[in-house]
Amino acid sequence: MEHIRTTKVEQVKLLDRFSTSNKSLTGTLYLTATHLLFIDSHQKETWILHHHIALVEKLALTTSGCPLVIQCKNFRIVHFIVPRERDCHDIYNSLLQLSKQAKYEDLYAFSYNPKQNDSERLRGWQLIDLAEEYKRMGVPNSNWQLSDANREYKICETYPRELYVPRIASKPIIVGSSKFRSKGRFPVLSYYHEHKELNAMANRAAGKGYENEDNYSNIRFQFVGIENIHVMRSSLQKLLEVNGTKGLSVSDFYSGLESSGWLRHIKAVMDAAIFLAKAITVESASVLVHCSDGWDRTSQVCSLGSLLLDSYYRTIKGFMVLIEKDWISFGHKFSERCGHLDGDPKEVSPVFTQFLECVWHLTEQFPQAFEFNEAFLLQIHEHIHSCQFGNFLGNCQKEREELKLKEKTYSLWPFLLDDQKKYLNPLYTSKSPKFTVLEPNTVSFNFKFWRNMYHQFDRTLHPRQSVFNIITNMNEQNKQLEKDIKDLESKIKQCKNKPTDGILTKELIHSVHPESPTLKTSLCFKEQTLLPVNHALRTIEGSNPADNRYSEYAEEFSKSEPGVVSLEYGVARMTC
Amino acid sequence: MEFAELIKTPRVDNVVLHRPFYPAVEGTLCLTGHHLILSSRQDNTEELWLLHSNIDAIDKRFVGPLGTIIIKCKDFRIIQLDIPGMEECLNIASSIEALSTLDSITLMYPFFYRPMFEVIEDGWHSFLPEQEFELYSSATSEWRLSYVNKEFAVCPSYPPIVIVPKSIDDEALRKVATFRHGGRFPVLSYYHKKNGMVIMRSGQPLTGTNGRRCKEDEKLINATLRAGKRGYIIDTRSLNVAQQARAKGGGFEQEAHYPQWRRIHKSIERYHILQESLIKLVEACNDQTHNMDRWLSKLEASNWLTHIKEILTTACLAAQCIDREGASILIHGTEGTDSTLQVTSLAQIILEPRSRTIRGFEALIEREWLQAGHPFQQRCAQSAYCNSKQKWESPVFLLFLDCVWQILRQFPCSFEFNENFLIMLFEHAYASQFGTFLGNNESERCKLKLQQKTMSLWSWVNRPSELSKFTNPLFEANNLVIWPSVAPQSLQLWEGIFLRWNRSSKYLDEAYEEMVNIIEYNKELQAKVNILRRQLAELETEDEMQESP
Repeated sequence: MEHIRTTKVEQVKLLDRFSTSNKSLTGTLYLTATHLLFIDSHQKETWILHHHIALVEKLALTTSGCPLVIQCKNFRIVHFIVPRERDCHDIYNSLLQLSKQAKYEDLYAFSYNPKQNDSERLRGWQLIDLAEEYKRMGVPNSNWQLSDANREYKICETYPRELYVPRIASKPIIVGSSKFRSKGRFPVLSYYHEHKELNAMANRAAGKGYENEDNYSNIRFQFVGIENIHVMRSSLQKLLEVNGTKGLSVSDFYSGLESSGWLRHIKAVMDAAIFLAKAITVESASVLVHCSDGWDRTSQVCSLGSLLLDSYYRTIKGFMVLIEKDWISFGHKFSERCGHLDGDPKEVSPVFTQFLECVWHLTEQFPQAFEFNEAFLLQIHEHIHSCQFGNFLGNCQKEREELKLKEKTYSLWPFLLDDQKKYLNPLYTSKSPKFTVLEPNTVSFNFKFWRNMYHQFDRTLHPRQSVFNIITNMNEQNKQLEKDIKDLESKIKQCKNKPTDGILTKELIHSVHPESPTLKTSLCFKEQTLLPVNHALRTIEGSNPADNRYSEYAEEFSKSEPGVVSLEYGVARMTC
Repeated sequence: MEFAELIKTPRVDNVVLHRPFYPAVEGTLCLTGHHLILSSRQDNTEELWLLHSNIDAIDKRFVGPLGTIIIKCKDFRIIQLDIPGMEECLNIASSIEALSTLDSITLMYPFFYRPMFEVIEDGWHSFLPEQEFELYSSATSEWRLSYVNKEFAVCPSYPPIVIVPKSIDDEALRKVATFRHGGRFPVLSYYHKKNGMVIMRSGQPLTGTNGRRCKEDEKLINATLRAGKRGYIIDTRSLNVAQQARAKGGGFEQEAHYPQWRRIHKSIERYHILQESLIKLVEACNDQTHNMDRWLSKLEASNWLTHIKEILTTACLAAQCIDREGASILIHGTEGTDSTLQVTSLAQIILEPRSRTIRGFEALIEREWLQAGHPFQQRCAQSAYCNSKQKWESPVFLLFLDCVWQILRQFPCSFEFNENFLIMLFEHAYASQFGTFLGNNESERCKLKLQQKTMSLWSWVNRPSELSKFTNPLFEANNLVIWPSVAPQSLQLWEGIFLRWNRSSKYLDEAYEEMVNIIEYNKELQAKVNILRRQLAELETEDEMQESP
């Protein structure tokens, strides 16, 4: 590839991010068309997708070499020391080019090939069907109908073709309304809550200013102060600055967390969603949600509100539908907000990340209400930036159609569904009706720093044993045991019925005895719990947090250290 | 009976009780010598039984003839009683105040409590020093039991039996005691079987401004070093504080006199600084109206997690010296009864798998806190709501439990006990029907005749029915040294203690139950598979016997 001048550099050091003693691993750095790869002397591979790179910095030359710092959109930060400045310079320039593409067609999704044929690809795209979803909600019905006003994107370019509006909204009304709203984003149905005598819905629209109360009868206004994308961007930046500090004190951590305002913003989004859900369930009121353009804060509030109201969205499939509906189809500008292309940095903002974080907070308060686990949220976050799949490319449906994403790229969702086992919450209870509407507690002390997101690659900061992995494994083992019991029972029955059929019985016994898979599982069980399952293969996307999170601390210490001298360094390592 | 004088109104009807997460209950309030009881006439509402000794502070308010008493407990719970009639309310309030601040320990509930359970094992004899020493004596002959303190004459805050180097005789110990604060001469706290390294603890050396030294002291601690080895002295005060201590007759070990030892200063806060930290933290947690910025700044300003980090870091350092550097250590601060014990006991949690079992942890508390003379009576006299601000009140033990909880969170399968066990210990340290945490040291406990007159907490806890509540279903014995992360991002507010009364834990409790169910079900299935396999094997053998005549 034209941008790559140097493909391999040896004797590169990877510094431990939090070590104040410059602890490092030595290895070889490779540059491929899609990834940066570092293989250390223990043959451990670190893959970094070019699209994940948010910032590359070349620092001043030191005696040990030239430092290269790479910050990724998935919050991985790596600090290399390249022995020769010339090599560092080459890598630096290549990464600058490779991480900022000018055209969509140069993004990974257009070259990514998971070896599927066209019909498999198409089926993948059809997995999430929004028409089906509106049907599930109960529309069209006597009050709501599908409007063809935007069929050709003539009224609103950033809305999808198919929109649901009140039956009484004729085309002239729609046209009129669209002219009154920013970017033509007139009020349309986002979520319809069908529940016995209660019918209410969440609407969405764009604002720029607000409605004059005198002109809207039967309407109550509620202003919820969610800040704009620029405030959110700098808030996250501050947060990352604070928690990236070496030798961070507890005091600095909390005052940094406070001054970043990050959790305040998360709480504001959550409060707004709760307001929406309460209006619909308690007051049976319909709600119109808008911000200025209706594709950032509005998406946050509508989607989170729906998640509180409807347990379907708390399933794996339902969550995919929710994202497709409230974020992708209604024109959240993923490419601009995630900086997929070399564009205006002021358009970049972690709006979707905040949504995921709100969902995570809900999973913390309601550990049994969600079919999916934290890894699912992290994986989705990984892929809004990876540009490996077509779902999040572009800024609205119209643009996606023009890019012919469904013909040229793959959808993420079928791949996640295939891997569904990894994303299941072992404590999920689907039956219980008490979780129909979630009422989270938003007193400030409920909001915590999401370590597994913002430090997902800093494995030393995480618990060394994972309850979640153990329960997941145990659930699976239980299924296997249930099957074994059935097998054994039928074999015993068989054996009793055919007392002379010795050969068959012998065979059967051997099939379940020492070499039986069950036994193996149970023997390996303890090891697995301490050394969680290593999901191979996915490392190629530089993407699986589970690989990096829960490692054994003992390994860290197994290298013998020089005697007395290292003690203070040891202390430093423990404190950071 | 003395209590009768203190109870001005023993009984009031139509009192309304407000508690967090429960509907208000109307009923009859009764005061007994040791309890505040509220019982309603409804059958299905449970009665409230509150130990007077659990009451930390009370507030009264009046609106017309209706009085309100707000009771703030040492376990941080706050309840409210609406009492009709001003006189009744005032009487109740002053009675509670008097009964919750009894001067004499022998009037405390443990001296009156008669257990309703059958004692299977007397907890007063569960952890005898001789038995504990046997665990070591199989591995080493370098140490011995000394009875030099059997009359508590050498060191009033030490137990009658201590472990010391074999080569040091009792006469030398007596001399060393005069050189150490409170007579607390260096004793064995922990022996690391893997490499023979040890943790010792003591009080500060009384060097004073003129640099007094004590040959026996030097000999004693050098006796713990193997040939050619160096050791570390971890002083839990900053160098500055340690230097200032010389003016008051204290001090630290001079390098010149202890050439084989390297001194490290790791500052851990003590006394009222910790108490203020607790007061601020509980205040922050109790205010539901704080916006995010205010909550975070209050949490930060409490410094509680800073103290947690300091203590854990020092314990990790001690453990690292032992396990990684192969060096023995001596730990002390000033008295050697607070931060010293936090460090020695946490280092054992990190190093020693046994201390992560229920039995082992109880033994650890017995050895490193009760026998070692942590002044529970003084430290736990008041909790987060007190106004008295006495210098000796300090949540040293709670900080230790919080540190254990932090490690438990990071190694959720390495402990035989669960969070409830730690919460239970916290409660009993502050208010209890058992005698275990009464008194400030063994000498006081002997004088109070606790063993004869009160029940041990361990007698109650170590019964199968109680143990099941405190057992961690995820426990898998882990023989490794466990190294916790002490980064601020890895430490968390202990919600089970500090948010316990401030939010409902219904969904979290249900999730925990579900987890227990999955684990129980797994055990059942495994047992069933084993039975079926055996059955099948038997059938096969029968077949074979039938086939071969």
